[in-house]
Amino acid sequence: MTTTLAPPARTAHGTVRPASVRAPLRDVATMTRREARRSLRSIDGLITAFALPVLIMSAFVIVFGGAISGGTGGEYIDYVVPGVLVMCLGMNSATAATGVAQDMTTGTIDRFKTLPILSSSALWGHVIASVVRNLASVVVVMLVAIAYGFRPDADLGQWLGFVGFAVLAVVTFTWVCVVFGLVLSVEASMSVSMIFLFVPYLSSGFVPVDTMPDWLHGFAENQPFTPIIESVRGLLAGAPDAGTIVTACVWLVGFLAASVVVGGVLYRRRTAR
Amino acid sequence: MNDPMIAVRGLRKSYGRTAVLRGVDLTVRRGEIFALLGPNGAGKTTTVNILTTLVPPDGGTATIAGADVVKQPAAVRRSIALTGQYASVDEFQTGEENLVMMADLAHLPKRAVRRRAHELLERFDLTDAARRRVGTYSGGMRRRLDLAISLVADPTVLVLDEPTTGLDPASRSQLWEVVRGLAADGTTILLTTQYLEEADRLADTIAVLAEGTIAARGTAEELKALVAGDHVRVTFEDAASLASARELGVAGLDAAEEDLRALALTFPSAEPVRAIRDVLDRAESRGLAVAGVSVVKPTLDDVFLALTGSAATDRTTGTTDQPAPEEALR
Repeated sequence: MTTTLAPPARTAHGTVRPASVRAPLRDVATMTRREARRSLRSIDGLITAFALPVLIMSAFVIVFGGAISGGTGGEYIDYVVPGVLVMCLGMNSATAATGVAQDMTTGTIDRFKTLPILSSSALWGHVIASVVRNLASVVVVMLVAIAYGFRPDADLGQWLGFVGFAVLAVVTFTWVCVVFGLVLSVEASMSVSMIFLFVPYLSSGFVPVDTMPDWLHGFAENQPFTPIIESVRGLLAGAPDAGTIVTACVWLVGFLAASVVVGGVLYRRRTAR
Repeated sequence: MNDPMIAVRGLRKSYGRTAVLRGVDLTVRRGEIFALLGPNGAGKTTTVNILTTLVPPDGGTATIAGADVVKQPAAVRRSIALTGQYASVDEFQTGEENLVMMADLAHLPKRAVRRRAHELLERFDLTDAARRRVGTYSGGMRRRLDLAISLVADPTVLVLDEPTTGLDPASRSQLWEVVRGLAADGTTILLTTQYLEEADRLADTIAVLAEGTIAARGTAEELKALVAGDHVRVTFEDAASLASARELGVAGLDAAEEDLRALALTFPSAEPVRAIRDVLDRAESRGLAVAGVSVVKPTLDDVFLALTGSAATDRTTGTTDQPAPEEALR
């Protein structure tokens, strides 16, 4: 009577195997596959990933480009593509907020939490799928930009630097959105992309800060999107500024660390609603 | 072997100032179907969340197959499967993809993953729909897939939180059959429900959860025996007969509850057969027109009412003249 029952061994399907170090990787891979399917099968997601960036860039280059180009020195397209790229990375990451909110609402995350798996694997699935989705999107946007006359001057090392920086930005943006997804309703989660649509306008992404009214300078110069976009601009122009990139990375890593911690706590505490 | 699969002692949980569970005790044997019955807000889902390691209790202990839900959550998760209130299946994946995903998450050997998925599709009659996206499935099909997903890893304890809410009667019966089959194969099942009929027809043991404590537990028959016994119901051809019937001198009839719309009188009786014979004999001699008589057995509805003081349906008095098990306890 006093013996404690060990969890029963299950052998019918070879279920129980010695805990393998590879199991967490398999969990993350499975979750990533799930999110990739969700992205590929959602019309909304595909539009956000591919059509929207091209439309936004077309608007800036073709519609606004003629009027704006005076103040930027050089071709406006070379100035604006980094801003459009970062904006699109953000909006495309924001679909993760809706994915997480849906998983919370349907009880799917509750079910995942009752499984003997790496507990954060569901969230990492969102993040890794977002990186893949964004890199595919960047390729499309870049090709369209080049077709419109964008001429990057980056060498191989700077291209690799750009890719690495973009991955860090997407991982951070997506983790921030995951946190929103854990607390917001599905409807509210859809407006998270507004952060990435509007906050970059108040940066040096689309027009130089000194063309803005004075009272906006403080915010525009010091908000994180300015060093993030300037880093991308510098790398693609073949003239990266180490100080700007360090500032951008400090912002990104700070947001990433905070989101991973807060997201981890919320994930453990919150149940379906 | 006789150790309980689920053992809960003095479980307490509050949210803010609201005490949701005030000391719940439960014992569920291997292979038993145990129903936790209660109205919304009684603490059913909180109990389920604690037993499935989703939420820590404030006090008390709970073990699943010997593993403590707080101290050994990983071991608990290896034994249990949860089917929540919603059909938690991915609409954007096919039925087969959903099952393969769960088999991967259960860490089945790679070569066993597809075989297991196909076995379950077959067993739950979903083979034809296997390659369709779940978004196109009916409510019943989703629930079956949901259950199939729970079984991927052969859980020893299956927790079903209101498994048939929103299902049509045919899908509900079908699900009950599956659950009975699982229990017969040795799976221990804890289900919550607000449907009295579900508890009555499916469960070996029922615990009534009211205001955070177990108000009563037992088999459906034992619970029914807790409340007053049989009632006799007499219906009349016309209102005049009904009005005169109270003076027939049959024990209990003078205090009978009146249903003017159905022209019926219902009263408790220790000897229902004798009461019916008396009513019929005396009504005939007085010329009253009796349309019909019946003995009404107590239902879980009555038990529920007696235990929780809140009406399962919209009735406000203590007796019942018509079992209404389909009525949800909303």
